[in-house]
Amino acid sequence: MSSTARPPVQIHEFDVVIVGAGGAGMRAAIEAGPKAKTAVISKLYPTRSHTGAAQGGMAAALANVEEDSWEWHTFDTIKGGDYLVDQDAAEILAKEAIDAVIDLENMGLPFNRTPDGKIDQRRFGGHTRDHGQAPVRRACYAADRTGHMILQTLYQNCIKHGIEFFNEYYVLDMILVDVDGVRRPSAVVAYELATGDIHVFRGKAFIFATGGYGKIYKTTSNAHTLTGDGVGIIYRRGLPLEDVEFFQFHPTGLAGLGILLSEAARGEGGILRNADGERFMERYTPSLKDLAPRDIVARSMANEVREGRGGGPHKDYVYLDLTHLEPAVIDAKLPDITEFARTYLGVEPYTEPVPVFPTAHYAMGGIPTTNDAEVLSNSTDIVPGLYAAGECACVSVHGANRLGTNSLLDINVFGKRAGNNAVEFARSADFLPLPDDAADGVIAMVEAARTADGGESVAAIRLELQTTMDRNAQVYRTEDSLSEALGVITSLRERYTRISTHDRGRRYNTDLLEAIELGFLLDLAEVLVYSALGRKESRGGHFREDYPTRDDEHFLVHTMAYRNDADSESESERIRIGWKPVVITNYPPMERKY
Amino acid sequence: MSIAEATSSPQVPSGEVPTFTATIVVRRYDPESGEEAHWQEFAVTVHATDRILDALHSIKWEQDGSLTFRRSCAHGVCGSDAMRINGRNRLACKTLIKDLDIDKPIYVEPLKGLPVEKDLIVDMEPFFDAYRSVQPFLQPASVPENGRERNQSVVQRARFDDTTKCILCAACTTSCPVFWTDGQYFGPAAIVGAHRFIFDSRDDAGDVRLDILNDKEGVWRCRTTFNCTEACPRGIEVTKAIAEVKQALVRGI
Repeated sequence: MSSTARPPVQIHEFDVVIVGAGGAGMRAAIEAGPKAKTAVISKLYPTRSHTGAAQGGMAAALANVEEDSWEWHTFDTIKGGDYLVDQDAAEILAKEAIDAVIDLENMGLPFNRTPDGKIDQRRFGGHTRDHGQAPVRRACYAADRTGHMILQTLYQNCIKHGIEFFNEYYVLDMILVDVDGVRRPSAVVAYELATGDIHVFRGKAFIFATGGYGKIYKTTSNAHTLTGDGVGIIYRRGLPLEDVEFFQFHPTGLAGLGILLSEAARGEGGILRNADGERFMERYTPSLKDLAPRDIVARSMANEVREGRGGGPHKDYVYLDLTHLEPAVIDAKLPDITEFARTYLGVEPYTEPVPVFPTAHYAMGGIPTTNDAEVLSNSTDIVPGLYAAGECACVSVHGANRLGTNSLLDINVFGKRAGNNAVEFARSADFLPLPDDAADGVIAMVEAARTADGGESVAAIRLELQTTMDRNAQVYRTEDSLSEALGVITSLRERYTRISTHDRGRRYNTDLLEAIELGFLLDLAEVLVYSALGRKESRGGHFREDYPTRDDEHFLVHTMAYRNDADSESESERIRIGWKPVVITNYPPMERKY
Repeated sequence: MSIAEATSSPQVPSGEVPTFTATIVVRRYDPESGEEAHWQEFAVTVHATDRILDALHSIKWEQDGSLTFRRSCAHGVCGSDAMRINGRNRLACKTLIKDLDIDKPIYVEPLKGLPVEKDLIVDMEPFFDAYRSVQPFLQPASVPENGRERNQSVVQRARFDDTTKCILCAACTTSCPVFWTDGQYFGPAAIVGAHRFIFDSRDDAGDVRLDILNDKEGVWRCRTTFNCTEACPRGIEVTKAIAEVKQALVRGI
């Protein structure tokens, strides 16, 4: 079955076209759907989206259990982001958090309750009362499955509003047309997994809510499907990506799998050990030891592995030791994470140390937007009719390091803004002309992947990419490590032009999709590494051993990476770096100490 | 023992994670090929820590790229990779190979009772249609005053906690003998979805949902075989939830 006939192309018209059906996309749909003809296009079924994997909570200064204020939340967010946060955006996030939580409750979300029946709240890292005085209970939660309940509630409300979904449709391109000298989106082009057909979605306004791209790393808490396609499309169409060098690593992911083990394990007395059984954190942070801040712990763990003291067949992890704790304490305080260890590693935490390693968790950077979720075409101008929200976007409310519980908040606040603003735009806009060759790029891309027989393995290239990213662009970075990664990526890009696929069919061809996804992963890994090379300082999640301090004089700015000459052999010609000022309102940058 | 006293190091595993060869027999079907559905055997080298999903990836990435299945989160929360493994419905990402009998072939096939589209992929639309038809969204009679949350006691919240865990993976519905023979039956997952709202103190449309489930294809088709409870990867007491809906139909909510 290797027919080369042109696949059928279907044209659809919607006022608002939303790409992605996770938290941000569905929150936008709930605003847009009742007011405008809206389509939600998702590479998955909506309930499979990775919002559902979030556990801890959603921050909002409801003050249901103790005094709190959105102003304190604003400050914590800015300080947590190591002052790379745009302060006006952080204020919006913290202020609108309260309505965002109430909206979800009113929609049906089953939050845990206080004894008097209000939404309960609990503590989370970096969230404090009165500008760092003490931890504050700000995280609204539903057991340890807050993300699951948000995703379910939003999907249920999409059902209520009769939102039109296109499930298992992969958006692979966006068509921009020139209108009076301004580039504007006219359509997105999608590949239908079930049939192999091509669909062109014309729209008046478009929202990208496509999530993250943690699969550029080998060890990640991200889903297999988080390959950054949406962010990659934006980049390939010449629009900038902001602060991509900032990627959050959580210290204790299950080794090899990246599934999170909460910090509570160390709070209850858990100890990190290397392959020799040594409590290595004593060497790095003698006073705080295993309860040092996340970035320090993650860097220390990575250093143990790098110096050959890791455990396992590939010496690529350390151990979280709970064996000195009473089983009753483990059962009472740490039931879920110990269950993960049993299920996934077959390790019994009562008697065996649990293999752990920092896990790639969250992209702070992404598609630059205004506070109204409008996508930027450079440091000042917007792309009219194009919006982005959620992990794929960079407002920037997370700066150089995101606080826990602020991402479930981000998707709700800026998803809602994107939905409302897209509807407003669509009301006064017309469909833009659709070029005759609109679908040709995707048809060629899909056919090339479907018939590829160059001999190189997609899985092997992907593994080499992930391995080099873990080794060279993880929690420790240097000019040398980043240059090595860039060299590897360049060679992998060359091999990518000679891949093979096996499935020649049109129906449910996940083989060709993995090949296409790899292309996006390669692009984004390259942007990350190149942006990291340009940031010669250490800030938040980006630690340069050759520039170990924060340099506000030169780098209190957002990185803006543009695709330049895609076919150039030199990466410096493929990517151009610009800068965008950080918005400072009430909080002058200070040294970040806790 | 305090941390300071915990001086003796544990026995840290030092060697290789054991590897072995497993025989995975997969039900293959591709209507484009013109071939009938058939079993295909693969020998896969697996680590002791690997799950069925890892074995399927190993086949796809190293032996046969055309092997087709759904997966996403890979740790049991997204519900993409429910399938029949040795005759039981499970999530491939939560099934450790070493927990199966690896001296015998491991049989992997698509969920039963939904149309097979290709290999391990089934058509999920009938399943989601049933879910959508029970009106699975909060329908309160009034809007809360002063723009705040509705009050709900801890006990009221606990009443429907179990059924909020559902990830819509379809493992329960496609383990049900009634559903196998009667695709019109709503199935356990849709009833779980209805239960989650019927017993939510904030909701006022319970009677509407009960009417829907009182249909001849509704809860009364359940024969209490407990297959659904056994199949649920989230540990939901599905059969109990169905029984509570039946009781509500008889005695009121």
